[in-house]
Amino acid sequence: MNYFEHTGKYFMMLKQVFRKPQRARVFREALSREIEELGLKSLGIVMFISFFIGGVIALQTALNLDSPLIPKTMIGFAAKRSIILEFAPTFCSIILAGKVGSYITSSIGTMRVTEQIDALEVMGINSLNYLVLPKIIATVLFYPFLIILGMVLGIFGGWIAGDLSGLFTGVDYIEGLQAEFDPYLIQYALIKTLVFAFLIATVPSYHGYYVKGGSIGVGKASTQAVVWTTVLIVIANYLLTQMLLT
Amino acid sequence: MIEVKNLYKGFNDVEVLKGISADFEAGKTNLIIGQSGSGKTVFLKSLIGLHIPEKGTISFDGRVNTQLTIEERRQLRQEIGMVFQGSALFDSQTVEDNVIFPLKMFTKQSKSEMLERANTVLKRVDLENSNKKFITELSGGMQKRVAIARAIVMNPKYLFCDEPNSGLDPQTAIIIDNLIQEITEEYQITTVINTHDMNSVMEIGEKIIFLKDGKKAWEGSSKEIFKTDNEAIVNFVYSSNLFKKVREAYLNETK
Repeated sequence: MNYFEHTGKYFMMLKQVFRKPQRARVFREALSREIEELGLKSLGIVMFISFFIGGVIALQTALNLDSPLIPKTMIGFAAKRSIILEFAPTFCSIILAGKVGSYITSSIGTMRVTEQIDALEVMGINSLNYLVLPKIIATVLFYPFLIILGMVLGIFGGWIAGDLSGLFTGVDYIEGLQAEFDPYLIQYALIKTLVFAFLIATVPSYHGYYVKGGSIGVGKASTQAVVWTTVLIVIANYLLTQMLLT
Repeated sequence: MIEVKNLYKGFNDVEVLKGISADFEAGKTNLIIGQSGSGKTVFLKSLIGLHIPEKGTISFDGRVNTQLTIEERRQLRQEIGMVFQGSALFDSQTVEDNVIFPLKMFTKQSKSEMLERANTVLKRVDLENSNKKFITELSGGMQKRVAIARAIVMNPKYLFCDEPNSGLDPQTAIIIDNLIQEITEEYQITTVINTHDMNSVMEIGEKIIFLKDGKKAWEGSSKEIFKTDNEAIVNFVYSSNLFKKVREAYLNETK
């Protein structure tokens, strides 16, 4: 199957996904389950990585801006920009594509190979709507909070790193954070997050839903899903940056 | 009653079903038998709508599949119960959640009403004290019984079973066969079972359709299968010495 066929099949899948749920009560239950699985269970990894990468960004910036002509406040300023613009929305989304993407593909793929999806269809249930829509809503609703948390912890990590290393003071760092603060950057980061969240939910779902073969097939599909989600996030990141910032 | 007329289905230029016509009567256990690759599963999946036939019609008590609207098709599917070969139970859920699931999706019953109905069908399949067990905690035979309970919880008019006793020991297989036959008679369901278990053929085959190379090669009852001299079915059913002897004994007895 070539790329065009996959793209067409992906959009045909979306057409089935975006239907009115057959039972609101069942949909609400599925949504809260997905928020827990895809969102709350990702809190730990996002918090951990954001804190340490924020620290590394601040340290690297401090080590590279060693000219006496450049004020120390630039460290906080540069760290803030890097974290808000790229690290939190893009880097965290790529990590989530790995963690959540493989989970989505393997869970849906296993349902496919064990005929659980056939069972849903025989019952008269729109399996795509039942399985994928709650995942999309959960990621699109929850990931902005996750990414904002990543921003906050990344910036906090930078502050702590400066404090522990003695490369810059907390006062300089905070002054840098406050300098030329543009709220549009947060808006830009959140728009990107929404697009990435949609990709993280739908691309792995596509690979899982149309999986072929048994357990090996599910494994291969999980790998492909992570690769393709990452590729699409990177491309979308470029396009959105071009559209929103230039 | 299900009436199938001239059904054709293929995949990638390979024709699997080649014009099958058959009737399946209500209140009877109808069996589809045939060698692996004869088209049994494709036929069954075409009947339940998982495969779209290229030609031919399937009529469910006068409702022809090709003339149904999406809503009518959805309604029809709610009248269908299916027991899959591997049970196809939701393994992340408990027995009770699996059985209740169709009720949650298609009825407006309260939780207590759903639980009452689930307990009734679980009792019917002799699984009274397993409500809170997870599917992975059950044996193969118990999983099949949960699958039957889920299939009948909506009071279906049509019950389809794909190899319901594959992978089960002979004793459990007989229990499952008898359970399906009892339920079929009790609820007057049109039951279609896909099998290549000869014990099932002898025990519960009220009507048997034998498929060979995607075509119907023979049709009859479990009694007629002993008397037939149709070469294809004789070669298939009596390939084992045990069944040859059973046949000889039956024929000697009825002489």
